[in-house]
Amino acid sequence: MTAADGYVLIALCLIPLGVSMLLFLVPTSQRSSIIALTGVSSLAMLALSLYTFFKYTFDGEQFQGVLAWTWMQNVGLLGEKGIQFKVGVDGIGASLVLLTGVVVVPATWVTWKIQDRMKDYFILLYLVTAGVYGAFVILDLFFWFLFYEMALMPMYLLIGVWGSTRKEYGAMKLMMMLLAGSIFIFTVIFALFTHVGAGTFDMVTLLNAPKGVGFQKIMFPLLVIGCGTLGAMFPFHSWSPDGHAAAPTSVSMLHAGVLMKVGAFGVVRLGFQMMPEGGAYWAPALVVLGAGAGLYGAISALRQTDMKLLMGFSSVSHMGYVFLGLGTFNSIGWSGAVLQMTAHGWMTALFFLLIGGMYDQAHNRDIPNFSGMAKQMPIWSIFFIFASMASLGLPGLSGFIAELHIFIGTFRSYPIVGGLAVLTAAITTTYLIRILAQAFFGEMNPRWAHLKEITWMERAGAVVLAIAMLALGLWPSPWIERIAPSIINIPGMTL
Amino acid sequence: MQDVFGNALNFNMALLLPEIILAAVAVLVIVLDMFAKELKVRPVALPIVSVLGLVAAGVASGLAVDQHTDFGLLVTIDNFTAFFRITFIAVAIVLIVGSHEYIEKHVNHVAEFYALLLLSTVGAIFMASARDLLVAYLGIEVLSFSLYIAVSLAKNDTRSGEAGLKYVLLGGVASAMLLYGLSLLYGVAGSTQYGEIANALGKSTDDVRMPLLLGLTLIVAGLGFKVSAVPFHMWAPDAYEGAPMPVTAYLSATSKGATLALFLRWFGGPLLPAIADWQWMMAIIATLTMVVGNLVALQQTNVKRLLAYSSIAQGGFMLMAITAISDIATSALLVHLGGYIITNLALFVAIIHFYNRTGKEEITDFRGLSRTNPYLATVITAGLFSLAGMPLLAGFFTKFILFQAVVQGGFLWLVVVAVVGSTVSLFYYLQMIRQMYIFEPEGDATRWGISGTGYLTTGVLLGLIVFVGIQGAPLYTVADRAAFDLFPQGVAAPVTASTGAAPAAAPAAHK
Repeated sequence: MTAADGYVLIALCLIPLGVSMLLFLVPTSQRSSIIALTGVSSLAMLALSLYTFFKYTFDGEQFQGVLAWTWMQNVGLLGEKGIQFKVGVDGIGASLVLLTGVVVVPATWVTWKIQDRMKDYFILLYLVTAGVYGAFVILDLFFWFLFYEMALMPMYLLIGVWGSTRKEYGAMKLMMMLLAGSIFIFTVIFALFTHVGAGTFDMVTLLNAPKGVGFQKIMFPLLVIGCGTLGAMFPFHSWSPDGHAAAPTSVSMLHAGVLMKVGAFGVVRLGFQMMPEGGAYWAPALVVLGAGAGLYGAISALRQTDMKLLMGFSSVSHMGYVFLGLGTFNSIGWSGAVLQMTAHGWMTALFFLLIGGMYDQAHNRDIPNFSGMAKQMPIWSIFFIFASMASLGLPGLSGFIAELHIFIGTFRSYPIVGGLAVLTAAITTTYLIRILAQAFFGEMNPRWAHLKEITWMERAGAVVLAIAMLALGLWPSPWIERIAPSIINIPGMTL
Repeated sequence: MQDVFGNALNFNMALLLPEIILAAVAVLVIVLDMFAKELKVRPVALPIVSVLGLVAAGVASGLAVDQHTDFGLLVTIDNFTAFFRITFIAVAIVLIVGSHEYIEKHVNHVAEFYALLLLSTVGAIFMASARDLLVAYLGIEVLSFSLYIAVSLAKNDTRSGEAGLKYVLLGGVASAMLLYGLSLLYGVAGSTQYGEIANALGKSTDDVRMPLLLGLTLIVAGLGFKVSAVPFHMWAPDAYEGAPMPVTAYLSATSKGATLALFLRWFGGPLLPAIADWQWMMAIIATLTMVVGNLVALQQTNVKRLLAYSSIAQGGFMLMAITAISDIATSALLVHLGGYIITNLALFVAIIHFYNRTGKEEITDFRGLSRTNPYLATVITAGLFSLAGMPLLAGFFTKFILFQAVVQGGFLWLVVVAVVGSTVSLFYYLQMIRQMYIFEPEGDATRWGISGTGYLTTGVLLGLIVFVGIQGAPLYTVADRAAFDLFPQGVAAPVTASTGAAPAAAPAAHK
């Protein structure tokens, strides 16, 4: 990527933000204009995300497409570089940009079903999208935090207004827990700025500046708690099942699929890349928490009857793998962790899309109430089984390649924990096979005879996600090639 | 010009033009009202004359800034003064334009009310520009007395009289404490002039430590009352609730801003040599203010009381910067104050228009506002989110800078308290947003609009909230220039500079 490609990264932040502002001007009654505008912009985002991913050259600089504008300098506490609007991606950022692009398109398509205040919904949803893109491509701590918070802010209204079941409770719990998490991030950012003392929030400067080991050891766990809350890391995960169960379909997709990865990405960027010595010191704790989360989430998922709650706990379990992979602090485990972010993002987005498509008709998602759905909704069932197979790690699909890396990495550093992780995978299989056996096969329940197949837009969205999952499962080398250099650059990383 | 002793005086009355204009217009408004029948003055003329006077004063204060004219060491017109002058004048303009319908309907003695607003602005400006304890004290009293009356002017509302009485009694006690503290300070320093106090305190010995400490305590208590810092905040919720809404807004903006200006002038100037004696007091008060303000706000059901506690908590954030005082902290405080005033005014003007239409002010009365008046709901939501520090809005940027500056001053733990408090605050702000967006309106669900001047003021304020949020550099530059005049050497004050470099790392660095 050249510096000029930085404009693509800026476009990725500004397109959703611009559409969000533009929608204020479109009258609510003009549904077709809203659909056209969001449809075109979501495809544009996908195209630019693909461009970013494939233009990132793995043998070049670590940060590519770097462009910076000074926003504020030489005033008050700010020095020469001060606050800049600075963009640029490393390999990890590039792969997460692609993840976002692929999720945004189906999330936009399924939202067109909403009848009540669709315009307002899109205004908020695209603010979240802009926030997520920003968090992946910004190289300045001030703006990084700005975009991070921007991705959280609209969540309360999105869930509270358009959600289902216990929406107010879920929305408030999610909002308060995530903002409590950002207290820790706030603290770390302030301390980092003061500690380095260069008068700048520029991430690259902060990355290269020498930092005290003691400072890193104190700040790293704070950051992990803060970002881990957003990443649904055990034991700071409890907003996730409630929040996902209450959220409308596309919010669940975007939130579980992408936003939770911003948390994990924060641990990588602000944690390991900025404070490698602190990271090395605390990595074993991440292993314990990650493996614990994997096991805890899987066991909890065994007991759930609400499909969305089950997926919420399943997400906790899968995100546990991510933190486990990061904790191994070797390059294989790390590749697995970054792959798992992408793999889980697409897989869980597909799950939420399908559950949403069914719930909109049945207004029920209790697994024991369903049986024989494969007869009633065959296409829906095919996609659901496809997603389940990816989730339990069938070779050839995205989940396998990611989990394989994580398991190998874990066995290398912590053999016993590796055993636990494999046990988790077995439990995952159990709860997924259980839901398939119960709801999809067997006698068809006549109560659901009125259910129709999912809509064409939902099918199209499911196809987009399925293609992406197949691509990552069958040919993961583009991802691994791009991730590897960024991982190797972290001081203290073992092979 | 010469004084009574024959010394040459360095006076330039043109620099005081804004205050002169304001005072004259205040008198003019009362005279116009007195002869309303004879002169055939229509009621609408009063706000127009007031606003024209304010605009003229604003223009005049933009024209002339000269810190070398010292007015016999009584006041100084530097960038710091100019910052507050323009802020206070702008607040008065916004409030009069935004709420003149409310004032005509719900306030007794309309002309006197406008005059009081103008006079209190004069008092507030002198609090910012004073260089002598007595001038500053006069400024405080001009501001306070105007507000004592204004608080009790609400029509047909018994709470208003009660609020006025409470405010005047407690305010009197606070003034007495402040005055006693100033006397003790005079006893120690031998002067009422800021520069000489700083010299005297710099050379003071331990003999005078006790009276100095007592004096400082009384000063902090007196000023703490004016800025409604915990534990001197008891009057604020009642006064906020009982007062006519524009006065409530005025209390939360100008009155608070002027007191903070005084804090900065005193604690950044004459009292700076005694920092070891007052810094811990300010740290305790700031902590208490943030904690109590945010926690008590959680239980409020009345929107004015909610905003009262919210502004108490915001005051706590600003007192942090006084604790960590330096040029950096001062400019950050001014930035935050600017953003806070813009946001609070937007909220209050929007709520005033809501009250004009509905006559209600409970939080639950806002139910379904996003259906009946989406524009007003957007303004209120933007205001609340900005107070909570959400991005793209003024509050995010100003809080970020303020907190970073306090950390820079070596008070990371204070900032942690502040950030926790700020998160708690989001909970009660969300309560109101919940009413507006998640619930459907009760009863009458027809759409309604607000007046043209309402759209104008809320629109401008909303635009400013967003503008400061995405392009805060102009505000920060102006604030920095103002702070520079307070700390002319441009060096940080002798705070805890040694530990300030790496507060969190310091204990761990030896491992």
